[in-house]
Amino acid sequence: MFALLLVFFVSSGAVLLTRVAPGSVVADLVAAGASRAEIQRERARYGLDRPILEQYASWLSHAARMDFGESLMYPGQRVSALVRDRAGNTAVLAIVALALATLAGIPLGVVSGSRRSGVLGGAIRTVSLVCLSLPPLVTSLVLVLVAARTGWFPIGGMTSIDATSAGWLPWLRDVAWHLPLPSVALALPMAAVLERLQSQSIGETLREPYMLATLARGVGRGRLVWRDGFKASVGPVASIYGLMIGSLLSGSFVVEIVTSWPGLGRLMFDALRARDLYLVAGCATLGSVFLAAGTLVSDVALALADPRVRVEDRA
Amino acid sequence: MRRTGLVLIAFVAVLAAAAPLVSPHDPATKYDDRMHAPPTRLHLRDEAGNWHWPFFHPLRLADRLESRFEEDASRTVRLKLFTRGVLIAEEDPAAGLWLPLGADSYGRDLFARILYGARVSLGVSLLAVLGSLLLGVIVGSVAGYFGGALDEALMRLAEMVVVLPTVYLVLALRAVLPLVLEPAQIFALMAGIFALVGWPFVARGVRGIVASERRREYAEAARAAGAGHARILVRHLLPATAGHLGIQATLLLPAFILAEATLSFVGVGFLDPTPTWGTMLHDAASVSALAQFPWLLAPAGGIFVVVLGVNLVVQGSRGERRARALRHVW
Repeated sequence: MFALLLVFFVSSGAVLLTRVAPGSVVADLVAAGASRAEIQRERARYGLDRPILEQYASWLSHAARMDFGESLMYPGQRVSALVRDRAGNTAVLAIVALALATLAGIPLGVVSGSRRSGVLGGAIRTVSLVCLSLPPLVTSLVLVLVAARTGWFPIGGMTSIDATSAGWLPWLRDVAWHLPLPSVALALPMAAVLERLQSQSIGETLREPYMLATLARGVGRGRLVWRDGFKASVGPVASIYGLMIGSLLSGSFVVEIVTSWPGLGRLMFDALRARDLYLVAGCATLGSVFLAAGTLVSDVALALADPRVRVEDRA
Repeated sequence: MRRTGLVLIAFVAVLAAAAPLVSPHDPATKYDDRMHAPPTRLHLRDEAGNWHWPFFHPLRLADRLESRFEEDASRTVRLKLFTRGVLIAEEDPAAGLWLPLGADSYGRDLFARILYGARVSLGVSLLAVLGSLLLGVIVGSVAGYFGGALDEALMRLAEMVVVLPTVYLVLALRAVLPLVLEPAQIFALMAGIFALVGWPFVARGVRGIVASERRREYAEAARAAGAGHARILVRHLLPATAGHLGIQATLLLPAFILAEATLSFVGVGFLDPTPTWGTMLHDAASVSALAQFPWLLAPAGGIFVVVLGVNLVVQGSRGERRARALRHVW
């Protein structure tokens, strides 16, 4: 319910904001020396001559049916189609980055959290602190530099130029080839967050008396950490995923621009610069749909995993 | 750990504050024959193997088109302390320029620009943090103190802003305002936008603290003694929020530094002649320039040092600050 409301506010906010913004697509015509009548005709075509409230009402009635009108920047293309394409690309990037961060962060966190002293734990902690301070803007630039210097990975884009014609299997391989750079840039700080959380969480769990009791019963140390400790400590960490969706969205925005990944952030950025307000509204709406959906999914998953959440709820 | 972090932050802050005294050159001067010049290599020993006070060989432009430089070993220029009103600089700028971090595409001293850029980047972030704290305290204390429908409405609003996709929000806000402005206007504008995005994080905590503190005996006593709402709030309840405000400030600062860098990097924040870490990184946005002249990434180092400093402070401390930090989204 809250999610729906959120979507509504963001999208209408975006439309109203772009509406009151100075400049519009027709401004270019004025600069090009078009006559008054021509400008009037153009304005009427895009519906810009009607009062703001009327424009808004008409947009709203269409938006409710997920129809955001026609893009001004890419004439003849539906906003909904454009946005859907790009959102898919962003989702691929975000999901891969999230998976990478999880696969790297959680096990490393268990290792560093269960060895309070020792070289390995210390090394992981240090690396993690460094990664925590490396925002996607910095990592993506550095990775692009490395890629450009060594040629190990393509420096940007999602596919090579000639890839679409070659059939779906080579296409898939091509995308997979382009993925590591942006997804690693996006995943590094998140992996560090997960590592720190998991480390603190398992550190606390292992200090519990029942852990000592288990150890005393003769359960091996590896089994204690990886089975009992891990199970008991992973819950609090899981609750971070809902919040991560937000940083994923803002992080992917930067990464998409640096590495020319054709995603939602890139599209919104281009649309903003071209003052393509329908497209901006579409992007903002979909961005908030993403956020709302992600939060919802993680809340439900958390409630399924831990029954206590269902009872406490909104404290 | 905590101390290391504080030292790092203090180091950057002092450098930024003392930029005119540290920077060997003016950040706006364009040295036409030094476009994309690499960082100057300092030597301590000459070819004969004798030790010297740091000196360097001035660069000679080998190929203007490719921005290739080579050292002119026949000439040497010594560094000198306390010369021309700065801490350390080359003895004679006419004989050769000392560019500690190289030059950008206009031939401007990157080191000087990072120092002066730190003033803008850190300044705008600090101002935005102060703005967020102020707004957050006002909204949060009003909501927590008076409660009821007003509280409900204000907190729903705060939640709304917190869960919005932040970048999209900032971009949309920035985009409705004219793109080309005076640097001072951009400064105020960016700080304002960041404050508008940052206040709910502050307000939610302040509201909680005020709402529970106002039921305590000392607040009751103040009311019985005839203190008005404003006096109770400001003199008695708000001091309790100091800890929370400190935590939020340390969390918002790196987020805002990053936001400035991001906006300027994509070209909707500060614009070129103004040195900020974001506008400088914009120079590195082109892959070919980045690959050939990696020293353009130097401002990223500045961002890294500050964020690392804050993270060290946060992770080195105990309790709430540390627990909160990782859950703070940026």
